[in-house]
Amino acid sequence: MMVTIEVNGRQLTVKQNLSVLQACLENDIYIPNLCFMEDMPHPPASCRLCFVEVAGMQRPVTSCTVKVAPAMVVKTDTPAVRRLQRSGLRFLLSVHHVDCQNCPANKNCELQRLARFLKIGLKPKHLENHLQDIAIVENHAYLTYYPNRCVLCAKCIHACRMSHGHSLISFVGRGFNTSLSFAGICDFEQTACNTCRSCADICPVGALVLKTACER
Amino acid sequence: MKPENKDQIYQQFEAIRRQAEERRDAARRDPSPTILIGTATCGIASGALDTKLAFEQAILEQGLDARVRTVGCIGHCYAEPVVIIDYPQSGFPPIFYHEVTAGKARMLVKHFLEGGDPLFEHVYGAMVENDMIPSVMEFSRFNQEKRVVMEKCGHIDPEDIYDYIAHGGYAALAKALTLDPETIIDEIKTCGLRGRGGAGFPTGRKWELAADSPEGDKIIVCNADEGDPGAYMDRTILESNPHQVLEGMAICALAVGAHKAIVYVRSEYPLAVKIVSGAIAQAKTLGLLGSGILNSAFNLEIEVFQGSGAFVCGEETGLIQSIEGFRGMPRSRPPYPAQEGLYGQPTVINNVKTLASVPPIIANGAAWYRTIGTENSPGTAVFSVVGDVVHAGLVEIPMGVTLRTLIFDICGGIANQKKFKAVQIGGPSGGCLPETFLDTPIDFDSLTTAGAMMGSGGMVVMDEDSCMVDVARYFLDFTQKESCGKCTFCRIGTRHLLDILQRITTGEGRTGDLEQLEQLSEDIKDGSLCGLGKTAPNPVLTSLKYFRDEYEAHINEKRCPGMMCRPLMTYYIDLDKCARGCDACVGCCPTEAVFTTSTRKKGIDQDLCVKCGECMVACPPQYDAVRKVSPPGLAPVIERPVKNPDASKKASDNS
Ligand SMILES: Cc1cc2nc3c(=O)[nH]c(=O)nc-3n(C[C@H](O)[C@H](O)[C@H](O)COP(=O)(O)O)c2cc1C
Ligand code: SF4
Ligand code: SF4
Ligand code: SF4
Ligand code: SF4
Ligand code: FES
Ligand code: FES
Repeated sequence: MMVTIEVNGRQLTVKQNLSVLQACLENDIYIPNLCFMEDMPHPPASCRLCFVEVAGMQRPVTSCTVKVAPAMVVKTDTPAVRRLQRSGLRFLLSVHHVDCQNCPANKNCELQRLARFLKIGLKPKHLENHLQDIAIVENHAYLTYYPNRCVLCAKCIHACRMSHGHSLISFVGRGFNTSLSFAGICDFEQTACNTCRSCADICPVGALVLKTACER
Repeated sequence: MKPENKDQIYQQFEAIRRQAEERRDAARRDPSPTILIGTATCGIASGALDTKLAFEQAILEQGLDARVRTVGCIGHCYAEPVVIIDYPQSGFPPIFYHEVTAGKARMLVKHFLEGGDPLFEHVYGAMVENDMIPSVMEFSRFNQEKRVVMEKCGHIDPEDIYDYIAHGGYAALAKALTLDPETIIDEIKTCGLRGRGGAGFPTGRKWELAADSPEGDKIIVCNADEGDPGAYMDRTILESNPHQVLEGMAICALAVGAHKAIVYVRSEYPLAVKIVSGAIAQAKTLGLLGSGILNSAFNLEIEVFQGSGAFVCGEETGLIQSIEGFRGMPRSRPPYPAQEGLYGQPTVINNVKTLASVPPIIANGAAWYRTIGTENSPGTAVFSVVGDVVHAGLVEIPMGVTLRTLIFDICGGIANQKKFKAVQIGGPSGGCLPETFLDTPIDFDSLTTAGAMMGSGGMVVMDEDSCMVDVARYFLDFTQKESCGKCTFCRIGTRHLLDILQRITTGEGRTGDLEQLEQLSEDIKDGSLCGLGKTAPNPVLTSLKYFRDEYEAHINEKRCPGMMCRPLMTYYIDLDKCARGCDACVGCCPTEAVFTTSTRKKGIDQDLCVKCGECMVACPPQYDAVRKVSPPGLAPVIERPVKNPDASKKASDNS
């Protein structure tokens, strides 16, 4: 079954059951997003960047959690949408150690791309920069984790679960101090990480890096 | 349902009720006095167990025949430990005593139980109308309340199911078993019950949604996470009358077609866990839970789940994650839990008070319930009123009562002859309302319109000595620490709010801060994933709206009007009032900052003072010489006399 929706005045005919975000991305209408992955049963909706306005809904909604419906009217670039997206991205950058020269993700980084798209600088004015105390987590044989680069999109957790059945990476801490941890990975499983790399591959920024890549 | 089956259900229940009544009547025929002691967590914290021990020992020593029974909490926190003595032979009605220490307990045994003198100077009031002792019903703390949820709390023994049944308990379940599920849901819809967990969602609609979901094993969850700082209504209800909640859960399960239910209690509530677990076991023994309840075809197993006690685990999707063994992180809705909840099954999640409201509604009917409260918010509201009021405690009022009536009539007004400044309602998701809002009726919609929130019932009353910026900072500190960290706006946005508030309260505020607070708050409200983040800015927004001048004083004059923010205030001693030779403040100062002036009065060394306020407490009321000022520069400079080496030598020679 196909449905037709209107996005920014354009008619799109797309498969039923798609999220608005997927429908737009498939039709080359870019909506900022960091945490969405196609094979997830429930989108985490945690990055809070993919806002759009849907006619009939009071406030902007996250497009990854809204399914397309016949005759739905969507706008992806209203002032309210952009305000929230810029605010969200500024928040992410305000806790980010921006040092692109020394980052393996440089030029291939979602944050850089988003900042360009939303026309904001990588070092937001008016917001103080807060970094976590621990800058580098080195206790994994093959991976290095940089909490102050991580946007906590959880894509690595999902990718890991898809490759191993369960995730070897988990969240720790609360509030501002939330980060990821390899706690609970045994040596045997670490060996598996050497050949797997799914998490490092999917990381949209330079937060989870193969040790070999660092050396290179 | 077939009529024979109906009769069977009633017969079975009647048999149990007769047993319960016989036990009660046997106890009543016993002429020896009964002493009821409130021993919920609150009572225990004020020493109720010592009181109980003192009663028991004294009774034993005097060789008296008297029974000491433990009951839950009747909500009068200001009066704990609370004791009711029912001594029919004395000719007096049951009497309510407050602040019964172990010493008072021994006195009561000696004078009242032995001598027949109820010690009028210690009597708080009689529990029933009579011509000898003024009844507690003459106090507005008693007569303006309306108890539905807490009706039996403090009057029955929570660990004795028969006591609950003798007071009318489980009759509603027996009645519900003879009704169609649709009829029960209709009754809950008609009565207008709205969820007491905060959002006020219509309970009947939630049940209907779950009942209409075709999928498999439906589950009922009673939400007793109660993570709001300062709130303890749900704990008290579970500790004082667990069966009313279990009965409500059973009726809910019957209505939606569930056979499994979970009480989600935080593990910091060990007494509640113990009492609820015990209550479930007793109800199963009597066939009121388990399989074939009261000879019907209805089965229900109830389990207790001990949560890790995170605030965000009270959010229903976070709660589901937590029960499933994951980190409590909310997910986006829809699907709502009533459609797809625990283990993917339709799950009804209701608050303790919502479920405890159900048995009285089924027993007395929807029309009765609608006579209480307002059109859009029928029924009662339970608040834990804390802070600067005279009669703090748990209060259950009909919806629609104004804040003024609640604070000034029922709770006795502001303590220590101070002025009212603000009331914070709804905890970390709520807001601070000023004096001009005192005539706001307490109901879901009016409070939301005013910018506060019903929340789950925390209420903090603040007098003129409170700082509204500091209150906002306190709540933001809480939400920031309790944020699950999942979504950008809540995890990072609240950190920025907190950072700015911290700056303002330490005198580092800048122009533009207030506008930025407002803008960040709006973004966080609109951008966050779950209710925690969406409501986290409320304390900031309301205090900015109603107390903007206080924020401005902090930023522009470095002055804290409530004189609470330590960096912006200081203590000094008023030399005109300080009594020569009084040393009360000297000894209490932890840093030896208090010195004796050349006129043998006292002064404070501002370099040593840590602003703990102990000296202000210690200074005898007749002198009342210790003052607070803000900004600190206003304090008069009192020089410490230069030490005279000869004098100190002399003093040590003499010693
Ligand atoms: C951060 C947060 C904390 C919550 N904590 C509680 C709680 O401790 N107890 C509760 O009953 N509801 C709590 N709720 C509300 C629940 O999500 C849910 O709405 C409620 O349990 C539904 O029950 P009700 O319909 O009976 O109110 C909380 C919500 C949020 C957003
Ligand atoms: S993650 Fe992206 S924005 Fe951050 S330092 Fe690396 S390249 Fe720069
Ligand atoms: S390490 Fe990378 S993939 Fe994993 S949560 Fe952080 S940013 Fe996302
Ligand atoms: S709003 Fe806060 S608590 Fe809720 S999901 Fe987002 S980070 Fe977690
Ligand atoms: S406020 Fe505390 S530290 Fe300061 S003088 Fe008084 S007692 Fe001493
Ligand atoms: S992609 Fe929708 S919230 Fe992240
Ligand atoms: S007296 Fe028990 S909760 Fe206050």
